[in-house]
Amino acid sequence: MRSIRAAAVGAVTLSLALTATSCGGGSSAGGGSNDAPKTLTYWASNQGADVAVDKQVLQPELDKFERRTHIKVKLEVVPWPDLLNRILTATTSGQGPDVLNIGNSWSASLQASGALLPWDAGNFDKIGGRSRFVPSALASTGVQGKDPAAVPLYALAYALYYNKKVFADAGIARPPATWDELVADGKKIRARGISPLGAEGSNVSENVHHVFVFAKQRGADFFTADGKPDFTGPEVVDAVRSYVDLMAEDHVIPTGDAEYAQNQSVSDFAKGHQAMLLWQSASANLASQGMKDSQYGVAPVPVRSGTPGPGTQVDSMAAGINIAVFRNTHNLDGATRFVKFMTSDEEQKILNKAYSSIPAVTSAQNDPAFGGPADTVLKNTLATSAAALPQVPAESQFETTVGTAVKDLFADAAAGRAVTTDSVRAALHKAQQQMPAA
Amino acid sequence: MTAVTTHTLEEPVAKSPPGPAASTARRRPGRIRRAGLPYLLLLPALVLELLVHLVPMVIGIAMSFKELTQFYIRDWGTAPWTGLGNYRLSVDFHAPVGEALLHSFLVTVGFTLLSVALCWLIGTAAALFLQDAFRGRGLLRALFLVPYALPVYAAVITWVFMFQHDNGLVNHVLHDQLHIGAEPAFWLIGGNSFYALLTVSVWKGWPFAFLMVTAGLQNIPGELYEAAALDGAGMWQRIRRITLPSLRPVNQVLVLVLFLWTFNDFNTPYVLFGRSAPDAADLVSVHIYQASFVAWNFGTGSAMSVLLLLFLLVVTGGYLLVTSRERRTSDG
Repeated sequence: MRSIRAAAVGAVTLSLALTATSCGGGSSAGGGSNDAPKTLTYWASNQGADVAVDKQVLQPELDKFERRTHIKVKLEVVPWPDLLNRILTATTSGQGPDVLNIGNSWSASLQASGALLPWDAGNFDKIGGRSRFVPSALASTGVQGKDPAAVPLYALAYALYYNKKVFADAGIARPPATWDELVADGKKIRARGISPLGAEGSNVSENVHHVFVFAKQRGADFFTADGKPDFTGPEVVDAVRSYVDLMAEDHVIPTGDAEYAQNQSVSDFAKGHQAMLLWQSASANLASQGMKDSQYGVAPVPVRSGTPGPGTQVDSMAAGINIAVFRNTHNLDGATRFVKFMTSDEEQKILNKAYSSIPAVTSAQNDPAFGGPADTVLKNTLATSAAALPQVPAESQFETTVGTAVKDLFADAAAGRAVTTDSVRAALHKAQQQMPAA
Repeated sequence: MTAVTTHTLEEPVAKSPPGPAASTARRRPGRIRRAGLPYLLLLPALVLELLVHLVPMVIGIAMSFKELTQFYIRDWGTAPWTGLGNYRLSVDFHAPVGEALLHSFLVTVGFTLLSVALCWLIGTAAALFLQDAFRGRGLLRALFLVPYALPVYAAVITWVFMFQHDNGLVNHVLHDQLHIGAEPAFWLIGGNSFYALLTVSVWKGWPFAFLMVTAGLQNIPGELYEAAALDGAGMWQRIRRITLPSLRPVNQVLVLVLFLWTFNDFNTPYVLFGRSAPDAADLVSVHIYQASFVAWNFGTGSAMSVLLLLFLLVVTGGYLLVTSRERRTSDG
């Protein structure tokens, strides 16, 4: 009898405990607290060649932060394919990190979700003021006119990386400055049995970065001034077609690249199988694959004519990584101090050097350490000829739909099917229809 | 999905002969207590079942009636109710969202039918070949089960490498060595992606069919075959008249389980093609994932999931109804 009663009591207790714990995980919709002033959780994006490299780069700096503030930072490096999903899940559940890195093009989308702490003047003052940051980097922190959702951390830009030996062997004296020159040089290189230019045809984000620049060079945008998708204008169609034609018509991108999505084009370039690469701040990545600085040159991405600059002479998206504070943080003060630490001149120099990116803070950017030939090209691009991707809430959907359209067009080109103005317009029309109606 | 058969055991207490009224009255609380105990002991399992299975399902169904976009995910409560809006969007086959869902659904149906048929055929054939003992049978059986035992990601990513256009093994064999086709084919993009997906799915699924059928074969008494052999039945006749009918109960469950697994499979297409699958291999599970996570519209994603759930319920229900009626007629 006693054992039966014990079992019954146990069963009831267990049931109650289960019910109670399941209710305990709810989210608080509040605006952050200082309940846990001694610890921080930090989700870093994968900036190095792999996650282990990031841990090596970041851990000494986090230790330094702990010595100064007695706040322990728990680091997790989240690979790119998972990062956005992890942020969305954290937003939905209210359980997430205190501080996190985001791709700067997601700023407006995440801003709309309200998951991130807005950086109003008061918050900016705590980290040294808004004016410390490079203007082109600040342009990619959220919808214009709203308080930024994040603070610039690393600035990146596209450049044309070219193999010096292949160029010399083909009798090409200087890197191409226009697309026509690039196609002409590509023919010479192809005649020698080397693939001219690499692309990540199945990487939707990569596709969008390029067609965005191609559209800019035709004076066109993917969104109207009031933020509505507009993918089927003649200039946009021409821009997408011209980019895909680098494979379909001009044969400078090999058809095999249509299925690349895991940075295979970078290793093709590093191994010397491919003469040119359009990439964001690739130096550290190339070095980790055994390519020496002396083996390649860095030039601005080509334009249609003339030299890079604003307006139709734009030759890169203003790429970069922003650092943000999760609104549900349990250590608001500590999180702000950590952002201040990461954007300090000292850390900006150390971290951007390690990642071969450009500091997002003006004073650090002017340091002689960022005066090498590659950095100079990237700095000039960011200062004069880089444009921010559309800062609209639907940016993330735009990357998916248009990026997929370009991926499918590359697949057509690779399979030998014709890529025409009509087929491009049809693909973009379909992409636009899939955009949210708002 | 697991089918649970419950045996109703008659309460032994109820069978005890009725005693004098006084003693019954005295014993009643004890009897209630004893009769209630099983339910009490079931309670933790019931609560867990509710938490793990039913609550998420109910929340998912509730989500499908909300406009749960990026503007509301931080605080679900504020998301406006849309009534049947998400469903109307999903089944409007003249608009792009519905059209894409229908296309994805049809691709999935075709893919599932082919995959289940091939898995069953290969699995059954292999099980029949390995029915009689011979040297190395154990080794072969173990070898056949390897695809089933491998972790999905490791197995499928290996296939990704093999299907690569430039230096994949498949093109090396088909094009470089066997000289099939003028140009090496693309397997991970464009129309061929359907066949790539089917290959991986069958490769991964048939060992389960093999395992189930092998187990089923152990239950067929050897005398049946001996009697048939005496009657002069050949191998085909023995398979058709004895093996397959005896395997019927196994096959019923096997085909249903394979169907549900294949139809809902997310891992294989996701690892093969990433977040945006090519049109020809746009399976509905990845399609729904894309509708919710990539487009940040969890309301529409949930509505599509509920529709999928309804479809699978109808198919499963219909299947069980038909097969059980068949069995009753064949038994009777």
